[in-house]
Amino acid sequence: MPPFMIQGILTSSLSDGLIYAFVAVGVFITFRVLSFPDLTVDGSFVTGGSISAIMIAAGYNPFLATACAVFGGLACGAITGLLNTKLKLSALLAGILMMVSLYSVNLRIMSGANIPLLREITIFQSIAQFLGTSKNVFLVIGILAVLTFIVFMVLNWLLHTELGLALRASGDNEQMIRGLGSDTDKNTIVGCSLSNGLVGLSGALVAQNQGFCDVNMGIGMIVMGLAAVIIGEALLRPRGVASMLLAALVGTFVYRLFITIALRVGLAPGDLKLITAALVVVALAIPYIQKKLRHEWIPPAVKL
Amino acid sequence: MDTKEKDSLLQLRNVSKIFSRGTIDEVTALEDINLDVYPEDFITIIGSNGAGKSTLLNIIAGVFPPESGGKVIINQRDVTNLSEYKHAAYVGRVWQEPKVGTAGNLTIEENLSLALLRGKPRGLRQSLNKQRYTVFLSALAPLGLGLETRLSTPVSTLSGGQRQALSLVMATISKPALLLLDEHIATLDPRTAKTVLNLSDMIVRQEKMTTIMVTHNMELALRYGNRLIMMHKGKIILDIGQQDKQALAINDLVTAFEQAAGEQLTDESILLSHR
Repeated sequence: MPPFMIQGILTSSLSDGLIYAFVAVGVFITFRVLSFPDLTVDGSFVTGGSISAIMIAAGYNPFLATACAVFGGLACGAITGLLNTKLKLSALLAGILMMVSLYSVNLRIMSGANIPLLREITIFQSIAQFLGTSKNVFLVIGILAVLTFIVFMVLNWLLHTELGLALRASGDNEQMIRGLGSDTDKNTIVGCSLSNGLVGLSGALVAQNQGFCDVNMGIGMIVMGLAAVIIGEALLRPRGVASMLLAALVGTFVYRLFITIALRVGLAPGDLKLITAALVVVALAIPYIQKKLRHEWIPPAVKL
Repeated sequence: MDTKEKDSLLQLRNVSKIFSRGTIDEVTALEDINLDVYPEDFITIIGSNGAGKSTLLNIIAGVFPPESGGKVIINQRDVTNLSEYKHAAYVGRVWQEPKVGTAGNLTIEENLSLALLRGKPRGLRQSLNKQRYTVFLSALAPLGLGLETRLSTPVSTLSGGQRQALSLVMATISKPALLLLDEHIATLDPRTAKTVLNLSDMIVRQEKMTTIMVTHNMELALRYGNRLIMMHKGKIILDIGQQDKQALAINDLVTAFEQAAGEQLTDESILLSHR
């Protein structure tokens, strides 16, 4: 393979990896920190994208539009959390209902199935103009790297605060933390909001980077996020909050690397869902097979 | 009566609980319970299966409210309809299962930090700091289990007895008004059970904790505490104070039970503890 191709694969995996890492970190917060299997993601991703797209197309400041996308995502997560805690819908059902209803909401937000952003000023163009250059993949990687670093530091700090520790305890032992005086309903709502706010941010960045927002661009986002988290865990074996967050980032990059390579070797975009599923199976099976070979005790598979 | 009501730390008034009301499975778990618990009481509650011991503790802890008309008052405050997490400000609890009282994926210091903030708002301050660290050390050292040297170890790596000892410290470290011990040594092996029980007694004495301990074991109920309550079919059938309790033997308890309940004591788990 010629060097320019390898470089192309690496840069595109890196920019995609950084942009989708927010989804992976969001999925990490619900699935791993809260033990709340939240499927809202497929919907809230597009909600973030469509809010930013409609605002940018209407001439609003792209940074304001992106901030509104984050709040849109937060609101989606809050509703999922409320459905679960106040109306006692199961986490899975609450997420599925939100995912489905957000499809309609997103069509309403965009007044259609997609919005082009090719001639609009996105945050990438805006920063490029400010720096006196034009949008290119290295600039995108630079911007995303800074943003990822900030989000990583904030989350690492947050999960070590008193509130963050209560969130982590909610996912670990709900009965105990309630017995210690923490409102577990509130914890669930806060955690789901935080998660979907990050997913909304990712949707907004994806729409601005690819130059359009499409109502179907969220399909499979939850599986991608899970794949990234699981691959990261298989590679890094993280212990502690910081390394778990790092694993989600690394997992997203590795996942995008596989996807980019799959496309370059000639597989069709339609094959990507199957590849994603296969990656998850492999990442989950390897630790199991390793344990089996060492004759270690293996817990039975979770039924739900 | 009036002065006594003023002094009591926990008051239960006309507390009843009916489960599956209106179905063929309807069960009256508690029937018109009235109870005053005074500061520094160490009450042992004994009774056979289905006597209502756990339901009573659950109502005190706010897991569910009593039937309407019932009242739960802690520290002169009516907490009857407050949710469980708000009861937690007043009530520390150690459950039967060591796993219930601790978070396995978090470290010992993280668990203790969660417990230290019982009933307080949890904000954006860092959960671990030097000052808290010293509090943890002085809370764990008296246990004599070496846990103070393993503060950053995940709790899932501890043994059942160590986890239950940690639960006990977590239930008491922020000095809630009331400590509930819910058959907390029932799942431990005899030697560990003895250790945990002695630690419980030590902490209750040192911290002057007002305590309610539910047990299945008559001998323990007699040996520990200053007051013994026997429950049967949702009612309190015996309430014995310190002086009478000291003179009591297991056989007296069996006789007292049979007189009060008007039937033979048949629960094997209580009778077995004769030996």
